[in-house]
Amino acid sequence: MGHITINNRRYEFTDEKNVLSVIRKSGIDLPTFCYHSELSTYGACRMCVVEDERGKVFASCSEQPRDGMVIYTNTPRLQHHRKMILELLLAAHCRDCTTCRKNGVCTLQKLATQLGIHEVRFENNKPILPLDTSSDCIVRDPNKCILCGDCVRTCDEIQGIGILDFAFRGSKMEVTPAFNKNLSQTDCVGCGQCRVVCPTGAITIQENVTQVWNLLSDKNVRVVAEIAPAVRVAIGDKFNIPKGENTIGKLVAALRRIGFDEVYDTNFGADLTVMEESKELVERLESGENLPLFTSCCPGWVKFCENKYPDLAGHISTCRSPQQMFGAVLKEEARENKEDTRKTVLVSIMPCTAKKGEIKRPEHFTEGEQDVDYVLTTTEVTRMIKEQGIDLKLLESEAMDMPFGIASGAAAIFGVTGGVTEAVLRRLVNSNKAEVLQEISFTGIRGAEGIKEATVKLGEREVKIAVVNGLANAGRVMDQIRSGEVYYDFVEVMACKRGCIAGGGQPVPIGPRTKKARMEGIYTVDRTAQIKLSNQNPIIMTLYDGLLKGKEHKLLHNEK
Amino acid sequence: MERIINTEVLDRIREASKKTIENSRCRILICAGTGCLAGGSGEIYEKMCELVKDNPNVDVEFGAEIAHGDGEIGVKKSGCHGFCEMGPLMRIEPLGVLYTKVQLEDCEAIFHRTIEKGDIIRHLLYKQNGLEYQKQEEIPFYKKQTRLVLKNCGHIDAENINEYISTGGYTALEKALFHMTPEEVVNEISESNLRGRGGGGFPTGYKWSQVARQAEPIHYVVCNGDEGDPGAFMDRSVMEGDPHKLIEGMMIAAYAVGAQEGYIYVRAEYPLAISRLKLAIAQAEESGLLGEHILGSDFSFKLHINRGAGAFVCGEGSALTASIEGNRGMPRVKPPRTVEQGLFAKPTVLNNVETFANVSMIINDGAAWYKTIGPENSPGTKAFALTGSVMNTGLIEVPMGTTLREVIFDIGGGIQNDGEFKAVQIGGPSGGCLITPHLDINLDFDSLKKMGAMIGSGGLVVMDDSTCMVEVARFFMNFTQNESCGKCVPCREGTKRMLEILERIVAGKGKMEDLDMLDELASTITETALCGLGKSAALPVVSTLKLFRDEYVEHIIEKKCTSHTCTALRRYIISAELCKGCSKCARNCPVGAISGKIKEPFVIDTEKCIKCGACESACAFHAIHVEA
Repeated sequence: MGHITINNRRYEFTDEKNVLSVIRKSGIDLPTFCYHSELSTYGACRMCVVEDERGKVFASCSEQPRDGMVIYTNTPRLQHHRKMILELLLAAHCRDCTTCRKNGVCTLQKLATQLGIHEVRFENNKPILPLDTSSDCIVRDPNKCILCGDCVRTCDEIQGIGILDFAFRGSKMEVTPAFNKNLSQTDCVGCGQCRVVCPTGAITIQENVTQVWNLLSDKNVRVVAEIAPAVRVAIGDKFNIPKGENTIGKLVAALRRIGFDEVYDTNFGADLTVMEESKELVERLESGENLPLFTSCCPGWVKFCENKYPDLAGHISTCRSPQQMFGAVLKEEARENKEDTRKTVLVSIMPCTAKKGEIKRPEHFTEGEQDVDYVLTTTEVTRMIKEQGIDLKLLESEAMDMPFGIASGAAAIFGVTGGVTEAVLRRLVNSNKAEVLQEISFTGIRGAEGIKEATVKLGEREVKIAVVNGLANAGRVMDQIRSGEVYYDFVEVMACKRGCIAGGGQPVPIGPRTKKARMEGIYTVDRTAQIKLSNQNPIIMTLYDGLLKGKEHKLLHNEK
Repeated sequence: MERIINTEVLDRIREASKKTIENSRCRILICAGTGCLAGGSGEIYEKMCELVKDNPNVDVEFGAEIAHGDGEIGVKKSGCHGFCEMGPLMRIEPLGVLYTKVQLEDCEAIFHRTIEKGDIIRHLLYKQNGLEYQKQEEIPFYKKQTRLVLKNCGHIDAENINEYISTGGYTALEKALFHMTPEEVVNEISESNLRGRGGGGFPTGYKWSQVARQAEPIHYVVCNGDEGDPGAFMDRSVMEGDPHKLIEGMMIAAYAVGAQEGYIYVRAEYPLAISRLKLAIAQAEESGLLGEHILGSDFSFKLHINRGAGAFVCGEGSALTASIEGNRGMPRVKPPRTVEQGLFAKPTVLNNVETFANVSMIINDGAAWYKTIGPENSPGTKAFALTGSVMNTGLIEVPMGTTLREVIFDIGGGIQNDGEFKAVQIGGPSGGCLITPHLDINLDFDSLKKMGAMIGSGGLVVMDDSTCMVEVARFFMNFTQNESCGKCVPCREGTKRMLEILERIVAGKGKMEDLDMLDELASTITETALCGLGKSAALPVVSTLKLFRDEYVEHIIEKKCTSHTCTALRRYIISAELCKGCSKCARNCPVGAISGKIKEPFVIDTEKCIKCGACESACAFHAIHVEA
């Protein structure tokens, strides 16, 4: 508690952990590359330097606020230092801005404009390094890396994986996986969180836009889209639509204009997942075997568990993820429909980079055919809409195609942490009374906290639940499960903090306000949904009596 | 080995060891420091062994200056005792004679005349200003020094704990454990004004008191033995020559701050220091001086050795602790400081070797005594590695506050080859230059800081008028750039750009704007770099630019290097008078830059010339030289 004088004006501070936060709270957006409130303070970019009344220069990210502090944030001296640092960074950076995937959303570019850097007086004599395109999910371009270490700390501190680290010294320093391996040779789960924090184009999405454009123009191909829950609250980001607003109708309209033949909802797949996963939970609870049950919706988490906790991987639900259930059902429908001679291609629109890896797993081929053909992230679809010359904001909303365009509110909340659990609980409690739904939502499974616990009474039995987001948190829970320190019946894990709304394929930057708005947006979708429970989705029930009859296992589950 | 379970046993061993040493026989002591080894002391040792053979009255020892108590003959490589310029050195006990620049062919004479008959071989004695010095202690190089930290170095067998005990070793520990509370120890060190010898000069007692008062129960004591400055070897000498002094200092620190575990971080390039420390720790553990309930007290202490992989930056506190923890050695932001969250995020005392080596004498003789050496607020002695164009290069120790003039001219014996003193680089790559007007300033933390220089860990590179200061700046910047950890932008990218500019200037491709850019870059690096090493990275450039700006300008405008150091700026010319027109130079020129008619003077095309000097060495008539 106390006051700091910033540029001759007094500001109060309370529990801000550093001077930078106080400065930002005061309305001055001091530039940084390496500071993120959720990561440890790294203090390497030195952009946030400030000066005290005695002329001492220090980095505001690494100094605690003290009562009576007097600081200046933009003296000529500081301007000189900041510009020099930026110039030095630019000098060692591949400056092909116009052709960079991050053009327009690059922090380096933004600050160069903001600080008025119009000339770089040093030659870029760094050797050109090869790109790492080995991953299905992300691409690393070391020539654009400014060595801020955000990806290194995210992978280690938030995701508990630590694929990336620094190698070599001085100006030869690089960010790289150990022993200069490429990403596909590592335990990278493809979550893309490194890409989310990367301020430049050094880590970007492995794009599939060109392949999809080619298919869209092919008359002999039926191109079908499925849209994940979290996409609808993020696709508006780059179209001046308020953050977190549900834009699904406009997105459907846009996809049709781009040339998709049919547009469906992954939420439908999520409803199927709820049906199967709750059935599996009940079976396991009754038999008392193979508990806890781990959710399987998130491919980042599944891979993490297989890599790091292979002894516990058998606990993962045999249910396929909503994307894959949808894909298997759609392709089965296409196989059965002999009238349509076109080839069916399914393009899944996801907030997630790891999903690009999931579709290639061997268990996701049915009768030799890949269930989902391509995954486009929200970011890629944004670009396609723009490339087509469409302003999403101006479009009239359109409804999804039928039959797979109807879904429950329970499915929509898959897009945030705790959503899968809440949906399964609704199914098991099986009541759509407002007070019952509210009771479930208040068990402690909602919210942005990394590890949430709840105990829910199902019949006679108290079911112990853990809801986890962020893989480092998952690691903590798994260690405790392994050691017997804790016991759960059901564990939901989402690799990305706060769930899919902040997934690795979403439009960036994703600040705290955006995350909050997207979470609220998801719950708004649920609140306004007519169907609240997955088992009340009429199409689901029809499907179980029709196409799925006798094929539940083949289409909806993975072999163990 | 007898277990030293209490102070009585310790005292008994001390007395017995003293007696053994007093009764020692004739010994030939050959220096095995790096300098002397390079001069052939290894062969000299073997030759002397051969001559002495089984003579029961003579021991030949390799390394130490004074005889070993147990009288065994064995190959023992100890650290040097400082007078490297005069090596290979041989000391003969009990005569106390020091032979300098000993050669293999002197060995027979030494054995037959000095050992067998007691004659002195005069041409092997050290001479200065027409005087001959028989006894080592009388040589001005030694006489003007105050060797307290280095007192035992080379005088005792570093591989025998009893020899250290015989010199009063572990009496300070005894005093601390049984006659002082931890607070009293901290107070004594605070009272002594001992300041960290690693470079910063932070008050040691204050550091200890900060660690001692942390609520966290686990504390650590860490010794920084990662001596990375080019040319500095003070800490190595202590670790190699007197490891127990360091260990005792660390134990007293541990007792004072409530630590039970300590780490010594030594660079892997010091294999002898590592093996000596390992042996010292093993002997201390075996005798019970390290371990549980030391000397029967409640104090327990365990000591580990951690080898550094040779990164200069690991001399920085937080990078060093990160390296011990197994992480990449990179400095982190502070706070939290090392005293709050150091090694394994626990409160940590981190001092360098020389600092710990001062502790036992302060406890033994008291803060009041300690403050009588050197200036009151910067007392004690400081070891320096004296190198460069000075007569007596070597390792020295002087009271703080000694002037540069005394160090360079009295102890160092002045400039080599009757050269002119130009400058001295103090504090290694983090330090600055001092010139003639600074010769009478006192070498202590505060006086140097006022001059924009720092004592650093103690490297002193003396430069004469044949030194190019731009090249000196380039050399240090090259070092800093190679050793930058790469974490913060100003140090990583800024030093690279400064180096590029300096390389341009010494290659004759500099522009006057380059000097402004050097200033600009230096100010950003100095004010915004993350760690102390980064903040001081530009200092060699800043200080040479301030003191020798005309040399920079000369390189840029006149494309000239007066000292002829910068190869690219050399201009070879053929004297028309001396040239006989033999064409040998033209035939030796690798780039065909020389042309002419036979029997007429040849000419060098300076545009083509790559300044390799092949023509100069080929010319039989000395007709080719570098233009003055």
